[in-house]
Amino acid sequence: MIHAEGLTKVFDDFVAVNQVSFSVAEGRVLALLGKNGAGKTTTIRMLSSLLKPTQGSARVAGYDIVREAQKVRASVGVLTEHHGLYSRMSLWEYLEFFGSLYGMTETEVRRRARPLLEEFELNGTEKKRLGEFSKGMRQKLALVRAILHNPPVLMLDEPTSAMDPESARVVRNAIAHMRGQGRTILLCTHNLVEGEELADDVAIIHRGRIILQGALEEVKEQQLGAPEFLARLAHPLNGVALQLPEGVTVTARGEDWVRFQVAHPRVNNPELLRALFHQQVEVLSFQEVPRSLEEVFLKAIRMEKEDVD
Amino acid sequence: MWTELRPVWILVRRELRDQLRDWRIIFPILILALGFPFIMNWTVREMLDFTSEYGASIVADRLVPFLFMVVGFFPISVSLVIALESFAGEKERNSIEPLLNTPLLDWQIYVGKLLASTLMPLLGSYLAMIVYLVGLVNRGISLPQPIIMTQIFLLTTIQAVMMVSGAVVISSQATSVRAANLLSSFIVLPVAFLIQWEALVMFWGNEMTLWWVLLGTFILAVLLSRVGVSHFNREKVLGREIDVLKPAWAWQVFWKQFKGEARSLSEWYVQKVFPTFRELLVPSILTLAIALVGMAIGAYMLQQYPVLVTASKLEQQNLPDIERLRQALLGNQPGMFLLIFWQNLRVLLLSMVLGIFTFGVVGALPIMGTMAAVGFLGAFLSTNQVSLLPILAMIVPHGIFEVPAAIFATAAVLKIGAALATPARDFTIGEVLLRSLADWAKIMVGIVVPLLLVAAFIEAFVTPQLVLAILGS
Repeated sequence: MIHAEGLTKVFDDFVAVNQVSFSVAEGRVLALLGKNGAGKTTTIRMLSSLLKPTQGSARVAGYDIVREAQKVRASVGVLTEHHGLYSRMSLWEYLEFFGSLYGMTETEVRRRARPLLEEFELNGTEKKRLGEFSKGMRQKLALVRAILHNPPVLMLDEPTSAMDPESARVVRNAIAHMRGQGRTILLCTHNLVEGEELADDVAIIHRGRIILQGALEEVKEQQLGAPEFLARLAHPLNGVALQLPEGVTVTARGEDWVRFQVAHPRVNNPELLRALFHQQVEVLSFQEVPRSLEEVFLKAIRMEKEDVD
Repeated sequence: MWTELRPVWILVRRELRDQLRDWRIIFPILILALGFPFIMNWTVREMLDFTSEYGASIVADRLVPFLFMVVGFFPISVSLVIALESFAGEKERNSIEPLLNTPLLDWQIYVGKLLASTLMPLLGSYLAMIVYLVGLVNRGISLPQPIIMTQIFLLTTIQAVMMVSGAVVISSQATSVRAANLLSSFIVLPVAFLIQWEALVMFWGNEMTLWWVLLGTFILAVLLSRVGVSHFNREKVLGREIDVLKPAWAWQVFWKQFKGEARSLSEWYVQKVFPTFRELLVPSILTLAIALVGMAIGAYMLQQYPVLVTASKLEQQNLPDIERLRQALLGNQPGMFLLIFWQNLRVLLLSMVLGIFTFGVVGALPIMGTMAAVGFLGAFLSTNQVSLLPILAMIVPHGIFEVPAAIFATAAVLKIGAALATPARDFTIGEVLLRSLADWAKIMVGIVVPLLLVAAFIEAFVTPQLVLAILGS
């Protein structure tokens, strides 16, 4: 659905995006992570045919972003980072205006908008002027506008920035719902918790270059090593050395707990639990140690800086 | 066609609705449309009464159509405010990007903004004109002639489109409303001059000249609209800046286009001057045509005003004796050489300055005017059966160099206008202008100035000898 190959954008002397390549398959969410000014917005603007790449090419929803720009724009819903609304319009007028620009009739707009307004908790505000909307309501309305024409591809630039937690949750649920409907979503964010929650794949962009990309779990393993599991024990070990199966190592231990690194959890975890049972070590609980995307991000950026230095 | 225009109408409808809800736009238009004409009606009545006391009612008679124009112009000045805000304002409020993300084509967005900025003030302007005319009838004042009213009506419409086109171009390139407002002087000043000129023409009462003014403003409006459509694209609206002065960058662009990779004079001529010179073929033919039209107008003016022939009292003139003429012509030839060269050069520089602000249109006026003088002189002499030989001796030797130089220089100015009105996707308007100026400079330095030097030399050193020889014989 989205395929970018060597996308580069140069403004005068400044290289904003440098040889960016990635793909997002149909029905998947790619989180494009990066600090402010890393090149996320410029990438989205190129992929939505707003900016012409200096080099490279891309296809979105099957269309070339330069040669078939109008078709790309018709197939993409874009939520821009700053989404000023027309403050003297009512919600209906606003949606009807944008819907008609996408070739929808008034009836189609209303039929499509009603469930969306309900989902985003905006029903009852149809006749209210947009100037009276709160920040969160504005952001939700902008998202409704972006998906009003039912585009197969969505590009969301910081969709929950500056939102209250409740509104942010509504938007995140909506994004998850849209992924479930088979839409392809490019999510630009520096909110790593959000990225981790919603994304199937991640790409980290730093100073215009993609420095790390892949499926979320693969990326974690690549950056942080094999997954770790914490076993809480019924009785203290009292210094007893454990006999462990191949592929399992102890990374830390306490009086009544042990942390294991497991190369292949699917194979090694049952072996490990059997081994503990045979050694009469009683296990109270056994769970994976959560590893955040934040750790991955910070490590990738740190390594990149070290490489540059 | 309708399918392509439908999105334009959707955009216009939204903007008009927005304007109707903004009292800051509606109130001034209503006041100017419904209140101001009454003041002008009163002014006309007072002026008519006052001037008739002194038998100078022609002054007040001419004031009636002039104020008709003024009444129409004031509301359209509001269009400038709306147009300057059209893109820059949306950019400032961050509402432009969702609009640019829609499948609308660039020209549809541009034309939508253009129409939306023009319509409301123009309707206000028509309303003001109607109110003014009704007021005249009400006060028992004769209406202007229908032809004058038609001209003013058309002029108002064209001026509105012209101003808005320019303002939308500025707005689409500026990064803020403040920057757009500051740049609006590029529209306000030329329009102020234009209005003054139109006022002169109206008080002169020359209907034909007003048609010419109409044609000129119409061409300018079309060119400005074309510039807007040609140079508008989404990327420039989002990213580029023209409110930051970058002299180093400007010089770099200019110099690259002017000199290129040439390392010697011959390389410069081969690589940069001759290719640009070849591109001047069409504008040169056009300039030649303009020059010939100028000559024809000059000759026609003599027929129109035969009083000029009798007023000259040619037969009573005492021609200077040959010795005095010799002293005058041969007295200070080097000084004369410099004076002639500088005079010609500054006229061509003036042509460029006038041309830049008018897409080359007014840049053609100096050559047209000069050739009109030549046509007038030729017609004048032949009417008086004066021998043409001394005159030809005075004109032809240096004219062989000077006239082509003027034609090439004017053609280069017309080319600047054409370049500005031609789509250039990879360059901003600023870059196009700088590159065009560099092309003009190449023609001036490489072709025109050498020709002018030769022409001035001949005129200062050769022509006097030739004239003296002919007159002496």
